[in-house]
Amino acid sequence: MKLWTKTVLTMLPALMLLGCGTSGEVEEETDSGVSSSSSAGDLDSSATTSGVGSGDMASGEGMGEQELGFGGDPLDDPNSLLAKRVVYFDFDQTDIKSDFLAIVQAHAEYLANNSSVQVTLEGHADERGTREYNIALGELRANAVQRMLALQGASASQVRVISYGEERPAALGHDEDSLALNRRVEFIYNR
Amino acid sequence: MYKIKRFTNIVSGFYLLLLAGTAQAVLNIEITQGVEGAVPLAVVPFSWQVPPQNPQTPADLVPPKKPPVDIAAIVRADLARTGRFDPLPPKDMLARPNVDSTINFSNWRIFQSENLVVGTLQYLGADRYKIRFRLFDVFKEKQLEGFSFSVSGNDLRRAAHQVSDIIYEKLTGERGAFTTSVAYVTAAGVGKARRYSLWIADADGYGPQSMMRSREPILSPAWSPDGTHIAYASLEDNGHQAVFVQNISSGRRDKVSSYKGINGAPSWSPDGKSLAVTLSKDGNPEIYVIDLTGKKQRRLTRHWAIDTEPTWTPDGKTVIFTSDRGGRPQLYQVSSSGGKARRLTFEGKYNAKASVSQDGKKVAMIHRTDGKYRVAVMDLKSGNLRVLTDGSLDESPSFAPNGGMIIYATSAGRRGILKAVSVDGNIHQRLTIPEGDVREPAWSPFPQ
Repeated sequence: MKLWTKTVLTMLPALMLLGCGTSGEVEEETDSGVSSSSSAGDLDSSATTSGVGSGDMASGEGMGEQELGFGGDPLDDPNSLLAKRVVYFDFDQTDIKSDFLAIVQAHAEYLANNSSVQVTLEGHADERGTREYNIALGELRANAVQRMLALQGASASQVRVISYGEERPAALGHDEDSLALNRRVEFIYNR
Repeated sequence: MYKIKRFTNIVSGFYLLLLAGTAQAVLNIEITQGVEGAVPLAVVPFSWQVPPQNPQTPADLVPPKKPPVDIAAIVRADLARTGRFDPLPPKDMLARPNVDSTINFSNWRIFQSENLVVGTLQYLGADRYKIRFRLFDVFKEKQLEGFSFSVSGNDLRRAAHQVSDIIYEKLTGERGAFTTSVAYVTAAGVGKARRYSLWIADADGYGPQSMMRSREPILSPAWSPDGTHIAYASLEDNGHQAVFVQNISSGRRDKVSSYKGINGAPSWSPDGKSLAVTLSKDGNPEIYVIDLTGKKQRRLTRHWAIDTEPTWTPDGKTVIFTSDRGGRPQLYQVSSSGGKARRLTFEGKYNAKASVSQDGKKVAMIHRTDGKYRVAVMDLKSGNLRVLTDGSLDESPSFAPNGGMIIYATSAGRRGILKAVSVDGNIHQRLTIPEGDVREPAWSPFPQ
């Protein structure tokens, strides 16, 4: 996928540094790169979040990391709560459900500890109801997350809120499972 | 009267592109349900008259080889589209009289045609045309209307719609809306290739003109009361919503509101001097009235809940909007100078996005019933609400300026389409484009 390609490309200098310029298994090379602290820095500065969660990134790295421990930015740790970047909501509701409090709290702590990091909260709604109302609903959802981040130490300048309402669904179906996936706030880290 | 021209000049910035060479999103309109017992009538092809020609005829008196526009065909289509008339196909006609003929009414009685329209299109030279037509009551053998007017070649289609307007008003007692236009938004492509376009077309779907195109969603197009400008909200600034006002004939546009947060849901005041909009700059979505420079503003609502989708009542004294201050979205009404809002809707748990009829008597809205989102219309005086559609995801109702029909967006399978329904719920039309989604319809005011 696109993220994967980018990851590999950004790793190229690191691979050369490590003297691993062979055409070996890309997955392995990437793993070894991440665990070395210098190349982890490279990864941080150039990898972009895709905005649909972080599952792709985690998949290539999981096994090795558990053994070695995670040496890079906690935002890239697939086992961290920070890997979860979407908060889901009930229909027409803007309250953060208890299942997601720990996730929001983890992001709040991370932002509080990394004052140079900025995040955009993208609010979304499902397709039911009217478009402008859903724009408002998406914003209120993102505002709810923003308030909780602020309460736990993130500064206002680190968090930006935008709303797409029902305009950018994550799932295209009309069934309840799809709709549930669309009522969401996404954390988009601007790195 | 306003004319729509392809715009040639745009304010720079953002993702505006000219649409030269891009497929046009022509709306195809079909009747999906008409009135039982639609009135049979006959509209005879207009006879084509040209000045006598000889080798010395000056160039500007040489007519086109055939009539540039089939006036009668446009009139037949207009009347059929209302669902209230059933025009006789020309191939069945036993005679083709024109305005100067003696009418043999028995030729029309045998088809049960209640009314007959005959006409003549005459070339006057120098791109000028004269239209003459007569409307008859076949059974009374009596003329009901007779008109003649001259137009230039470019205005022939519009003139044909005016003929429809005159016939429709004479036969139904209601003003026709055949010379009006519709604005709508299309979306095509997936992922990063998705593009949104704002269009304006004649009310019969003819001649769509692109107003603007963006990578980001376009919402809530709204016509100025004189039909010369269109306001809309666009997310084109990287997800940041802004309100624009665009001159329809020149294409020039101005950003009138781009505060932090939401800038959306524009609605023109009846005097055309200001817009009611939703802004969240002060913390959450509230209704404001701004002037067209975006410099002056006054706040109409003050509540922690969502307040959005404002629409003016035609008297300019109040604004109706959607608010969930009672826990669920409902319609409220507030004075256009601000103050306490009054709740308007009490039936059901979801009533949103009001559109007010031009006579100020009816409000169309999206109403949830049995988990379905449908178009409903409420009589403002009695409070009686009636559901008009049987869709499940209806959005964005917009009254025709004569109050007869409501156009709205809905979905068919996975595609967004438009539909229109008569205010009595009896007539249903479906408006589709060849590919992609179409949404956010807004019916224009009457041309001035």
